[in-house]
Amino acid sequence: MSRLISRRAVTAGLVTGAGALLTGCDAVGRNETAKALLFQGEDFHRTLQRRLQGRDALAPEYRPDQMSPRFRTNGATNPGTDEYRALAADGFRDWRLQVRGLVRRPLSVSLAQLRALPQRAQITRHDCVEGWSAIGKWQGPRLSHLLDLAGLREDANYIVFHCADRHGSTAYYESIDLIDAFHPQTILAWAMNDRLLSIGHGAPVRLRVERQLGYKQAKYVMGIEAVASLSNIGRGKGGFWEDVADYDWYAGI
Amino acid sequence: MSEELQRETITQAPARQVVFRHRLATRIWHWVNAVAIIILIGSGMVISDAHPHLYWGNYGANFDTPWLSLPRFVDFGPVIGDWQITIPSYYSLALARRWHLFFALVFAFGLLAFMIASLFNRHFQRDLRLRLPDLHWRALWHDFRAHLAFRFHDPAHPDRYNVFQKLSYVGVIFLLIPLMIFTGLALSPGMDAAWPWLLDIFGGRQSARSVHFICASLITLFIIVHLTLVILAGPFNEVRSMITGRWRVPEGDGE
Repeated sequence: MSRLISRRAVTAGLVTGAGALLTGCDAVGRNETAKALLFQGEDFHRTLQRRLQGRDALAPEYRPDQMSPRFRTNGATNPGTDEYRALAADGFRDWRLQVRGLVRRPLSVSLAQLRALPQRAQITRHDCVEGWSAIGKWQGPRLSHLLDLAGLREDANYIVFHCADRHGSTAYYESIDLIDAFHPQTILAWAMNDRLLSIGHGAPVRLRVERQLGYKQAKYVMGIEAVASLSNIGRGKGGFWEDVADYDWYAGI
Repeated sequence: MSEELQRETITQAPARQVVFRHRLATRIWHWVNAVAIIILIGSGMVISDAHPHLYWGNYGANFDTPWLSLPRFVDFGPVIGDWQITIPSYYSLALARRWHLFFALVFAFGLLAFMIASLFNRHFQRDLRLRLPDLHWRALWHDFRAHLAFRFHDPAHPDRYNVFQKLSYVGVIFLLIPLMIFTGLALSPGMDAAWPWLLDIFGGRQSARSVHFICASLITLFIIVHLTLVILAGPFNEVRSMITGRWRVPEGDGE
């Protein structure tokens, strides 16, 4: 075989191969079986990370001088519903956090009651799935404290957060498992950077689950529900973005 | 193997010697890694598009000053004809992340397996070990001039890598790919809780993100140079050697 021909043939082969690989990726992304295999990566990462970090490993905390000068907002910046407007106009005096589902004592908690619980303040880094990071200070009661007050039943496996912001006709929702729900840094923040949480950042209360990405940090939390399985929540993947866009439910990476 | 080799050299034309060049572990890793790396670069570009600004330090977002702002890579497809350069071809951060994080596992554990195998089969010690005389300026100059003349191997030892080859393979295997893996891990909030030292090494998550991008660019440069040299050195022979392990010493270079 002449060297010139072989050179051309192999070069064309390599280029075509790489091109086919790239084009094939779109087709794989549409095939359900292939997608299921690809999505196994999430479980693998979750298992691996949970094993490496242990239950209570803390997300890094920062000094006040390391905070972002300005913390940008993201996602919904105002639920804008009549109900929410009425609550906000009154400084959320009539807002009640509903704790329900698989609990022995369903609760209806006011903002004043949340502030009266033992508090945790933490300066942590917020990592958006898009790639940016901002460091801010968050304060609020630990979620575990509230769950202990409500008394989780044995069959509860996940905590679902129902929010006031709507995306189309759907209210935002997110969920975490009990490992993250009882993590020491998982708090219901009502204060940010030593001020009341602003509407842009999720007033009156936003979840902080510090070992995961930004879309897990549900804003405008109205209700907390303990459930055995996520299959009856939304379309069954445990969160708004998980259901509509195939984002990973485990957002530790 | 040596018996097989001898038989082959005898049956082939004596001037066109065939040497056994790549061990099985090297060949398997090469192709698995080639697929993984193309998918990682393609999906990484879509992930970059979600926030195409790079910063130094712990934080970095829209109100902070980036040191580099990148073009949107998904817009490049139509520019280069029908070519698509990203995975997927359209903007989907969720799907790009699925590709990226799956093949990141192939990439990282693939390197680990290759490293263990290459210590056992002595590929590292025998083929990639750089000796001090290799790095003398005279040796480097000699190798540089050889490259300019398209002579890529030493006629006396055609089975050995040349100095630039060794330097680039060592740089990619022991520096760039490990840096890709560890800066990638530093981007994970879960891993930062597990291994907080990741952030200390790279000087914060946004610095790690910048280093991740720089190393990806260097690996892309390596791939371009690598493919160019494969084509110049005789692509049929080179590609076949990475499939069967056997490499034919080019004409005129034999004894």
